[in-house]
Amino acid sequence: MKKIINNVDDVVAEMVDGMVRSYPQIVKKLPDTEAIVRNDADRDKSIVGLVSGGGSGHEPTHAGYVGQGMLSAAVAGQVFTSPTPDQIYAAIKDANHGKGVFLIIKNYSGDVMNFDMAKDIADMDDIPVKSIVVDDDIAVENSTYTQGRRGVAGTIFVHKILGAAADQGADLDQIDSLAHQIVPNIKTIGVALSGATVPAVGKPGFTLADDEIEYGVGIHGEPGYRKEKLQSSKDMAHELLEKLGSEFHFEAGQHYAVLVNGMGATPLMEQYIFMNDVLNELDKDGVSVDYTKVGNFMTSLDMAGVSLTLMKLDDAHWLQNLQYPVKTIAWGA
Amino acid sequence: MLTVANTTKWLQLFTDQVNTNQDALNQYDTPIGDGDHGSNLARGTTAMMDSLNKADLKSVSDVWKTAAMAIISKVGGAAGPLYGTAFLEMAKASKDRPADDIAVQPLIDASLKGLLKRGGAVPGDKTMVDVWTDVDADLEKGPLTSDQVKTAVESTKPMEAKKGRASYLGKDSVGHLDPGSVSSGFFFESLIQEGEIQ
Ligand SMILES: Nc1ncnc2c1ncn2[C@@H]1O[C@H](COP(=O)(O)OP(=O)(O)OP(=O)(O)O)[C@@H](O)[C@H]1O
Ligand SMILES: [Mg+2]
Repeated sequence: MKKIINNVDDVVAEMVDGMVRSYPQIVKKLPDTEAIVRNDADRDKSIVGLVSGGGSGHEPTHAGYVGQGMLSAAVAGQVFTSPTPDQIYAAIKDANHGKGVFLIIKNYSGDVMNFDMAKDIADMDDIPVKSIVVDDDIAVENSTYTQGRRGVAGTIFVHKILGAAADQGADLDQIDSLAHQIVPNIKTIGVALSGATVPAVGKPGFTLADDEIEYGVGIHGEPGYRKEKLQSSKDMAHELLEKLGSEFHFEAGQHYAVLVNGMGATPLMEQYIFMNDVLNELDKDGVSVDYTKVGNFMTSLDMAGVSLTLMKLDDAHWLQNLQYPVKTIAWGA
Repeated sequence: MLTVANTTKWLQLFTDQVNTNQDALNQYDTPIGDGDHGSNLARGTTAMMDSLNKADLKSVSDVWKTAAMAIISKVGGAAGPLYGTAFLEMAKASKDRPADDIAVQPLIDASLKGLLKRGGAVPGDKTMVDVWTDVDADLEKGPLTSDQVKTAVESTKPMEAKKGRASYLGKDSVGHLDPGSVSSGFFFESLIQEGEIQ
C-alpha cells in the first residue's frame, strides 16, 4: 500500500480537518464530531435542513456538497463504515432552523439503521425529521424481501434537486414528496478496472487481471455481475447503456440528465472519452440530453473505473433545480 | 440471576473474545461482506469497557445502558445499531425488575424483539438474528450450552443472505458463516464462561 497518510486510524479526522481548513468560507466542523456543516453567512436561514452522510472514502461525497443550495450537513463515518447516530443527531440539530430536517440516506443496512436511530433521538426532541433512502445501483436485483439496491453516485442528483428546492423555501412535506418522485427516476451502473485499498486493510478489496474489467461493481468493491476482457470505451458505454435502457426503455422525446462519475483513479481524459461515447449512443436512441456532468463526484478511494447515472427528467422543475446556483466545494459549474 | 458484577464480567469476557478474534471476524466478513466486522466491533467493545470501568454502576440496567451508549457512539456500520439496540433493550427490560431477580432469558427475549425491529431481518435471513432467535428459544428450556451456541452459529452457513451486505451476493453467500452470528456466538459463549449468571 502506498498512500499519503500518517496513522491509518487518523485518516478520517485528518481529512475532515484538512477539508474545513481549506474551505472555511463554505464549511466548518461541529466540535467533537466528524460532521461537516455550512459556514456561510446564510447558514441559519430558516429553510428545511438537508443532512446526508455515510462511510468515508467516497470524497468529495458528501461533505463536498455542503453549502448554500445543497446540503446543510454531511456526517463522515470511518472508511466504508456508516457514521454513528450521535454524530448524525448532532448534524440534525445543527441543521434544524425551525422547518425540520430531511435525511438523504444511501441504501446500506448500516446507514439505514444508524440514520433511523438518529431520527428516533430527534423525535424525542420534537425535531420534525423525514427521510429518503436512495437505491440507484441497478447492478443488483430489486426486491422488497432483501436489502434491495445500493445507493451510489445518483445520490448527488438528489442532494442537488432537494437542495435547490429547500433553498427556495419548500417545506418538509414538499421536500419529502419531491424526493419520492425523483429517486425512482435515477439509475446508475458502474464498471471497475481495479479494486480500492482501504487504508486499515492495506491491500485491494478485489483484484482484476491487467486485461480484465468487471461490470456492476459497487462503490465499496461489492462484486459486479460479469467480468470481461478489457474493451473499448465505446463497448463499455454500450454495455452500461443497454443495462440502463432495460430499466428506462429509451424512446424519442424522453429527457435525461447524464452523470459520468470517476471512481477515484481514472483520469478525467478517460471520463470525457467515455461521456463522448455515451452521448453518441444516446443520440442513436433519439432521447434528448438536457444536462451533463463529468468528474469525480462519488469515488471509491483509489478504484479505477467509472459509473454512469441517468436521470429521466419527467418534470421541467427538476432540470431547473439541477441548474440552480450553489456554493459548495465540489458541485462545480 | 444477573448482578452488576457478573454482568460486567460477562461483557469483559465478550470484549476479550472480540479483541482476540478481531482478525478472524474480519476474515469471516471478507468473502460475504466488507471485511470490517471485527474492527468495527473491537472499536466498540474497547470503548465499552473504558466507559464501564469509569462509570458509577448502581444497577444491572446501568451496566447495559452504559454499554449500549458506548457501542452506539463508537461502532457505526451495521453492528453498532444492532448490538446497541440489543443492549439498550436489556437495559429497559432489567430496569423495573427487583435487583435480586433479574433472569437472563427475558432480557435476551427483549433484545431479540429490538433486533427484529431495527434491522427488519427475519430468522433465516443469515444475520445475527438467527443466533439470537435460537439462543432465546434454548434459554427458555434451561441453561444455555456451548453446543447449542455452536449449532446456532453453524446454522447460518447453508443460508442465503437476505439482509445486509451479504445479500448482494445472493446464492454466492451460501456456504459461509455470517460474521455477525459468529460475534454473537462469542457473546453467548461469554455468558456461559462467566459461569454464575444462569
Ligand atoms: N438488517 C439486518 N438485521 C440484522 N442483522 C444484520 C442486518 N444487516 C446486517 N446485519 C448483521 O451485521 C453484520 C455485519 O456487521 P458489520 O459491522 O460488518 O456491518 P457492515 O454491514 O459492514 O456495515 P458498513 O457497511 O457500514 O460497514 C452481519 O454479519 C449481520 O449479522
Ligand atoms: Mg462489514
